[in-house]
Amino acid sequence: MTEKAAKHTWVEIHRIILQPGQRAPQVPDDTQQVPLEMKAKGFLVHDATIGEQVEILTPAGRTLKGMLTVINPAYIHTFGAPIAELSAIGNEVRAILNGRETQP
Amino acid sequence: MNSPDTYAAIMEQKATIMRASIGIDYERYATGRLAFDYERLLADTSYDIGTVHAIQRRTAVGDTPLLELCNITQLARAVSAPGKGARIFVKDEAANPSGSFKDRRASVSVYEAKKRSYPGVVAATSGNYGAAVASQAAKAGLRCIVVQEAFDSQGVAQPEIAEKTRACEAYGAEVMRLSVGPELFYVFLRVLRETSYFNASLYTPYAILGIETLGFELAGQSKAQTMRFPDMVIATHAGGGNVTGTARGLIKAGATATQMVAASVDLSGLHMASDHDFNRKSFTTGHTGFSLPFTTWPDRADVPRNAARALRYMDRFVTVTQGEVFYITQVLAELEGLERGPAGNTSLAAAFALAQQMNREQVIVVQETEYTGAGKHPIAQLNLARQMGITVRRGNPHDNRPGDTIVIPQHPKQLGVIDVDLEQVRRSYLRHALGSLAEGQQPSATDVAFLAAETRLTEDDVQEVIHDGYHKSR
Repeated sequence: MTEKAAKHTWVEIHRIILQPGQRAPQVPDDTQQVPLEMKAKGFLVHDATIGEQVEILTPAGRTLKGMLTVINPAYIHTFGAPIAELSAIGNEVRAILNGRETQP
Repeated sequence: MNSPDTYAAIMEQKATIMRASIGIDYERYATGRLAFDYERLLADTSYDIGTVHAIQRRTAVGDTPLLELCNITQLARAVSAPGKGARIFVKDEAANPSGSFKDRRASVSVYEAKKRSYPGVVAATSGNYGAAVASQAAKAGLRCIVVQEAFDSQGVAQPEIAEKTRACEAYGAEVMRLSVGPELFYVFLRVLRETSYFNASLYTPYAILGIETLGFELAGQSKAQTMRFPDMVIATHAGGGNVTGTARGLIKAGATATQMVAASVDLSGLHMASDHDFNRKSFTTGHTGFSLPFTTWPDRADVPRNAARALRYMDRFVTVTQGEVFYITQVLAELEGLERGPAGNTSLAAAFALAQQMNREQVIVVQETEYTGAGKHPIAQLNLARQMGITVRRGNPHDNRPGDTIVIPQHPKQLGVIDVDLEQVRRSYLRHALGSLAEGQQPSATDVAFLAAETRLTEDDVQEVIHDGYHKSR
């Protein structure tokens, strides 16, 4: 499904900066084999469709070019499910402080 | 492809780009083939501690609380021998505007950029420093670009860095996110060249002098609260600025007997430029991937001469495991009601162990905290670890294997530190320094004095290493 975005929309773009074979000489093999990629966000300078090469105006006031990948990109980093190995710790240390520790 | 913008071509322009973007002629300070006048490099900036304090006052930075962690101290005493268990304090640097001590570094860098009429600032960092620079730039009315190493070839973003991206964008900065690789520096150079912005590097004199107030404050706060200067201050150690600036501030406050300890998370076995390893670590800074290389050769930074020279200031260098830092982060929240870190708690994990070797009336200060939240939080980091196939379990910290297994202690008495052999580190530094001389070049008397100052060895010790080295290479 193609998605269109109007000029001034906040979007994310993607660009390859260095291809495999163009990378810094000191990088290990696994990194040598993949490209150096760049992602950035800004406001579209013109109407566009996902997948097109576009120009954006960044918050620093300069233009960057790349492929339009996401319209109004969400922040998806989160916490996730509680980690049982951490949840157990509070009761353990409170028991030590209160002298109720039952095992070393 | 533009041939002038190849990796090699841009790296060749490094010196020119650096000169324009920092405005310091580092060559003026050279006093020998290896030696340079470190104190003059710092002093010529005119940022004495009073001036830095005034700048930070105006930008809401610094004057953070020193908090006694009474319950954690009690917990340490519960597993210590009688009479042992020093008082553990923490300097709550999370109270700074963007949530970490990096605001101190950024405040002076941005002040300098504005003073010299640069239109903007650029920082190459995936850490808290980016948000700090963005926050200070917003206050100063300067543009800001942050270049981060943020995701791997599968598109998996390190959630801690995703949170930094969000913070930088919240402060109005442009953020360029890159996939894994040291070419971050190459992209950074291109941005500097295109924009003519100021290089707000972590390693300029400005950034280091900004941290001195941290050490200075905590010395005074310790005196006021306990009637003594701290017996020990522990700083999380990566690139060396934290240790350098804090130690210098302590010395300026008169706390010359305070033991300065550097603490890093042990990530040995992981390659810092490996696409595979990138998301298989839970800490993006404060770890041995930075601290060992930067301690043994500080001038590998994004400036010609690094103002962070930690080997001059550290009395001790210890490592802790990832699991221990997660454990103490949980303890900090549940026993002290402080949700911080986890990376900023690397020193707290070390303090918990070291306090048990010290006497009860002694004072140990953990010199920072950082804010926490989505992406940064231990829950987020451990969920990422599991997603990447890493085992997370309770057990003995000795069984931690970076990239493979994170072991969270089962009992506070299991927390410990491993000492890094400073003698070996010093010799490694000297080998690097001597190795940088051209074939047949000898270090001068000035060089020898400089190397002694850099390593806190005697000049005789330095001469011995020089002669050993030249003897063995024949």
